[in-house]
Amino acid sequence: MSGTAMLNVNDLFVSYGQSQAIHGISFGANRNETVAVMGRNGMGKTTLFKALMGVLPLKGGKVEVDGVDLSREESFRRVAGGIGYVPQGRMIFPTLTVEENLKTGLENAKNKEIPEEIYALFPVLFEMRKRKGGNLSGGQQQQLAIGRALVTNPKVLLLDEPTEGIQPSIIKDIAKALNEIRKLREITIVVSEQVLSFALDVADRLFVIEGGRLVHESTRANIDADRIKQYLSV
Amino acid sequence: MSASEMWNIFLMQGFAGLSLFSVLLLMGLGLAIIFGQMGVINMAHGEFMTIGAYTIFMLSSLTETYAPTLTPYYFFVAIIVAFILAFAVGWMAEWALIRHLYRRPLDTLLATWGLSLGMQQIFRSTFGAKEVSPTLPEWLLGSWAPAEGLDIPINGMFVMGLTLLVTAGVFLMLYRSRWGLRVRATVSNRTMANAIGINTKKTDRMTFAIGCGIAGVAGAAFTTIGSTGPTSGSLYIVDAFLVVTFGGAASLLGTVASAFGIAQTQSISEFFLTGSMAKVLTLLTIITILMIRPQGLFALKVRR
Repeated sequence: MSGTAMLNVNDLFVSYGQSQAIHGISFGANRNETVAVMGRNGMGKTTLFKALMGVLPLKGGKVEVDGVDLSREESFRRVAGGIGYVPQGRMIFPTLTVEENLKTGLENAKNKEIPEEIYALFPVLFEMRKRKGGNLSGGQQQQLAIGRALVTNPKVLLLDEPTEGIQPSIIKDIAKALNEIRKLREITIVVSEQVLSFALDVADRLFVIEGGRLVHESTRANIDADRIKQYLSV
Repeated sequence: MSASEMWNIFLMQGFAGLSLFSVLLLMGLGLAIIFGQMGVINMAHGEFMTIGAYTIFMLSSLTETYAPTLTPYYFFVAIIVAFILAFAVGWMAEWALIRHLYRRPLDTLLATWGLSLGMQQIFRSTFGAKEVSPTLPEWLLGSWAPAEGLDIPINGMFVMGLTLLVTAGVFLMLYRSRWGLRVRATVSNRTMANAIGINTKKTDRMTFAIGCGIAGVAGAAFTTIGSTGPTSGSLYIVDAFLVVTFGGAASLLGTVASAFGIAQTQSISEFFLTGSMAKVLTLLTIITILMIRPQGLFALKVRR
């Protein structure tokens, strides 16, 4: 990978006990670039993202953000190192209010107030700010999870299947928000996806993951949609 | 016995129950936040209370020896010192022992029980097996008699006030401070809290230490209503566990309600029955209620 990459993943290995799930994945992503990792269920998308975030330990390989090696760091240090994480299933804190959920991301911030930019991106969060997170709809929770990750001021934003279980109209909104975020902050976004149309809405480059390996890469301009669809079909 | 005498006895026993309620509540609060945050059942919690009680005793002796004129005021400082000492010992215990045993509930149970035995022996070697009592300031003694035949002890009222203050402080900290936010996020989802930038291990240590510090304050309160021995704390640990289980783990409001219920049942029935019969009655009531509501009095109603 080139030295300018914001996120640099090199020869990543991950296992659950004896069984290896990720077999040597390498890729990079530049500043102000969105890449999508496409793949069916069980192909290793979530495992890859958990390993990038430090939720699962690496068996081997390297994760670098902005030239800093974070491979051995605990999750909370990776956040300080510039990784923001929107997990699969959203994982907002249901017992905390929307406002408190957002505030949890301010650990490393000097100013402990929620930036107005977040509410500008997701006005619904402002309306709901006193509600418990657990009482929001799926789409609202997804926006909350993205907002919470953005509050940490990441250089690299990881989103694990942000469209899963969300109604189509909200999917459009989320795609719009992601493009808006990239325009505003010029950060790197890595998103895992099964829905090709969503990936094409947001990503500059697409990878296909299968059986814990990256098996295909293409830019949006040169995409062979039929081939990717074949990978995604069951 | 006339009806008004009965009523006075009822009131006075009720008030004695409030003192017991105070100690149980302070003990239960500490246990509940530690259990809620990291699922650790701290068997040594009673000994952290004893640390607080001995702190008061030591400071009272020191004041008497070196600055007798300050005797009326030392108590306030002593309460703060009791908190700080119990906090510091709790911090070290978490660092040296507990943090290596998370996710192994039976091992933490054994380890903290061992810690409790060790601490008891340290107390015995340092202060002797005999029970001691600090010299309380004048203004804490005596009683307030609002009516004929009705005596409300002042130390009891003081302990009540202290408990209200500490409980309010804990609620405020949990719902308004950064530490509280960290605790509530960690309780809600530990992995995710870490992945949003919260140092959950540091939060664990802080929470354990604060829980122990509150037990230290409970010990300070305890010295006004009883004398301190090496095993004083272990006498309260069972009741404090009852308070937490009965109230519903991880519910502070439940802890308050159940401490009140247990202390009052115990104290009022103690007057009309013997001490052990009162205990039997209390336990029977609790067991019956827990059989019907295993989750305790107050359980969280949010979907997880």
